[in-house]
Amino acid sequence: MTTQEVGRPRKRKEDARLLTGRTQWTDNLSRPGTLHVMFLRSPMAHARITRIDVSGARGLPGVVAAFSGQDFAAEQGSLPCAWPRSGDTVVPDHPPMAVSEVRYVGEAVACVVATDRYRAADALEAIEVDYEQLPAVLDMNEALGGSAAKVHETGNRAFTFKETSGDLEAAFRDAPVVIDRTFVQQRLIPSAMEPRAVLCDTDGDSFTMWTSTQIPHILRTMLALVTGVAEHKLRVVAPDVGGGFGSKLQVTAEEVLCLLLARRVGRPVKWTESRTEGNLTVHHGRDQIQHLRLAADADGRIRGLQVELLADMGAYLVLLTPAVPLLGAQMFNAIYKMDAYEFACTGVFTTKMPTDAYRGAGRPEATFGIERMMDELAAELRLDPLEVRRRNWIKHEEFPYTTISGLTYDSGNYEAATDRAMALFGYDKLRAEQNDRRDRGDPVQLGLGVSTYTEMCGLGPSRWFGDNNAGAGGWEHGSVRVLPTGKVEVVTGSSPHGQGHVTAWSQIVADALGVPFEDVTVLHGDTAVSPKGLDTYGSRSLTIGGIAVLKACDKVRDKARKLASHVLECSPEDLEFEAGAFKVRGTESQTTIQELALAAFAAHNLPDGVEARLDSDVTFDPENFSFPHGTHLCAVEVDTETGMVRIRSYVAVDDVGKVVNPLIVDGQLHGGIAQGIAQALFEEAVYDADGNLLTATMADYLLPSAADLPDFALDRTESPATSNPLGVKGVGEAGTIASTPAVVNAIVDALRPRGVNDVQMPCTPERVWRALEGVRR
Amino acid sequence: MPRITVTVDGIQYEEDVEPRLLLVHLLRERLGKTGTPVGCDTSNCGACTVMLDGKSVKSCSVLAVQADGCDVVTIEGLGANGSLHPMQRAFHEEHALQCGYCTPGMVMAAIDLLREDPDPSEETIRQGLEGNLCRCTGYCNIVRAVRRGAQEMGQAVSTP
Repeated sequence: MTTQEVGRPRKRKEDARLLTGRTQWTDNLSRPGTLHVMFLRSPMAHARITRIDVSGARGLPGVVAAFSGQDFAAEQGSLPCAWPRSGDTVVPDHPPMAVSEVRYVGEAVACVVATDRYRAADALEAIEVDYEQLPAVLDMNEALGGSAAKVHETGNRAFTFKETSGDLEAAFRDAPVVIDRTFVQQRLIPSAMEPRAVLCDTDGDSFTMWTSTQIPHILRTMLALVTGVAEHKLRVVAPDVGGGFGSKLQVTAEEVLCLLLARRVGRPVKWTESRTEGNLTVHHGRDQIQHLRLAADADGRIRGLQVELLADMGAYLVLLTPAVPLLGAQMFNAIYKMDAYEFACTGVFTTKMPTDAYRGAGRPEATFGIERMMDELAAELRLDPLEVRRRNWIKHEEFPYTTISGLTYDSGNYEAATDRAMALFGYDKLRAEQNDRRDRGDPVQLGLGVSTYTEMCGLGPSRWFGDNNAGAGGWEHGSVRVLPTGKVEVVTGSSPHGQGHVTAWSQIVADALGVPFEDVTVLHGDTAVSPKGLDTYGSRSLTIGGIAVLKACDKVRDKARKLASHVLECSPEDLEFEAGAFKVRGTESQTTIQELALAAFAAHNLPDGVEARLDSDVTFDPENFSFPHGTHLCAVEVDTETGMVRIRSYVAVDDVGKVVNPLIVDGQLHGGIAQGIAQALFEEAVYDADGNLLTATMADYLLPSAADLPDFALDRTESPATSNPLGVKGVGEAGTIASTPAVVNAIVDALRPRGVNDVQMPCTPERVWRALEGVRR
Repeated sequence: MPRITVTVDGIQYEEDVEPRLLLVHLLRERLGKTGTPVGCDTSNCGACTVMLDGKSVKSCSVLAVQADGCDVVTIEGLGANGSLHPMQRAFHEEHALQCGYCTPGMVMAAIDLLREDPDPSEETIRQGLEGNLCRCTGYCNIVRAVRRGAQEMGQAVSTP
């Protein structure tokens, strides 16, 4: 007899290996005779390479080969951009190793292949490069002006995109309230704990690449397209991957070059980045200037919203660069009803590291913009920020609801989540304390911040991707094999990096087939083992990948039912399936799924049309996105004398639909909230006036430690998704999306009586102090 | 090239090492102890934390020659006879890891923290783990795991 597994806080199967160091991080792996690769990187943001000489490196002890970009010019191809969503997108040529011009600090210009990493590092110093410096282009507004240097010959505009719904002019005409604000989404460095690493082996004709990636399947196809190495001669393996958050959703220069180097030298090559290399060259996130205008009635009801974005592309368009800000196009209107909406975005080239997907990708930026505006609207009307939201949001009885930007939200209950969050937070009591501190003129002021959010999760329906000019669809693959001994092997196209797929998928399969949780294993992340997939990003693992596995179980059960009816000599309709056994209704006659697996393996007595082995193979393509939502509340104490911000308490009530494993859901939320708080308070990629990255190490780029964060109080409401049979909605990005505006709203709330109505992120003590000084003068 | 003698997880090694070789590279690339990963170049992240003569050190900031004559314990040498150390068990019980890259260093730092204070408060744990960064968990469950590990280790001491 089995108990219900879905919904149970199962401890993870993944942990044993990770806790004892028996891990397969790419840098742990080696092949006989492995050589080490190191790259020489540009110290200039923008320059022409006038001379490059690698001969000094050749012949040094341990050095097997040294190459410049020129040596690979004919074969290295151009790194791909797979989603030029706007029709006018300019996609510049992007050589993996620069050939004649560099456009950001850290771009590779040459490489060395040596017997160990110390020898390779020595040899880099013997390479000579002469640069003719060109002007750096760092500011987006200046980049679009006529006098700026050109990052590419085509100019600095990557694309323009505009969508309007409703009559915007009418909405703003004679509106009693118009709020006009400009917010900056600072540039972030995703900072997965595991630096990237690539190991590529060859037998001369075919190649195997182990790489720290979120996307082994997409990577294989893209590497084939970029390099001309035939796809069927290329196997990509994502072994243990130490975090991603979008930063490993990429086809990197180093992966392309390791493949070409393995082919050139005919031996396995390995590259492992230093953290400094990572900060310079793993794609950055966010980086937008948002100009928002919101028109409302006197009672706070939104009439119209106008969004104008400048989005920093950096120097090139990598895999999804131009699509990321446009994922916000349908998210700025969020959970609110309005009569008119306009979204416009200009992508801008600068001489910085390219930006791309980072946890939430476009949706945290959008949520920040609208949630800050809702607080500004509340302040303007002297209403409670939660009351303004209540007056505008979609009511729970109105689902399914098609928003002004054209998405259909299937389910949700914003009232329920908010009521629960307010109770857990002690909202009224904290407001009373806030008023008391204000009255007393306490130098430490209390601020309460709210963020009510939704996101489009589970990327996504293939048809939608097609309609929006993406290079690929959004289906996912699952395969279930009941082995001859009755144990179950699952293959998933989704490739995890900390999300606990093995445990969650085991729970789904255990319920669907009535087998013990322990009897299920899950294989993933190797194109030779898991041949089909579109990988892991956009909170699509469970919502699409998990559902593919569930549907594969359904198919196995259908096959088992046919076999059972044959074995038990009854009609399939007379069989009921319970706890892993098919029973003939009203009799003692039954057979288990394990017995049927053995029978299907032996194949001595199969009914017509039923093939040997009890297994199945499914791809699932969702009909819609899923839309998790929630209410996050944050209380901060702000020292008005020093600008120091301390988070006093943080409450999150999220509705992620049905929950498969509450432990994993809470863990994902904890981590997401921490990353979002980090954007609000700590993190920023800073370039100097010449385009040097000043935050190239962990000593300079401030990641929060345990000492910088509080405990988070979590709770849940549940409105199941209707777009998939489990009712799951996705959780990976929710915390990050919700938390950043909750924290900044809290800080502004603390300081509003002093006349402060915005603090630019990250809200460091200095920034808060300057904001206060600005209004004191 | 200096010759050093070092005991790692109970086994004694004699190695010729370049003076510039880092302890973490000796462990990973010469001795095959890949349970200790490298997360940064600046000793900020703590992923490579190991025990050196009973105290936690960041092995990316220690030269191999400095470990001459020392006793090193890595995550692979932590449990006894194939069973998990109570702190490893506590991390599992509290779901205090996701990608797991920071975990070996985090476990080592937690054990060292308890050497200083066997019954730490949440505040002490948070301050004590300041040198170890995690990007997945938001630290909530790590703090809970260290509390739990402390309780179980305390009980193990008091009940022989």
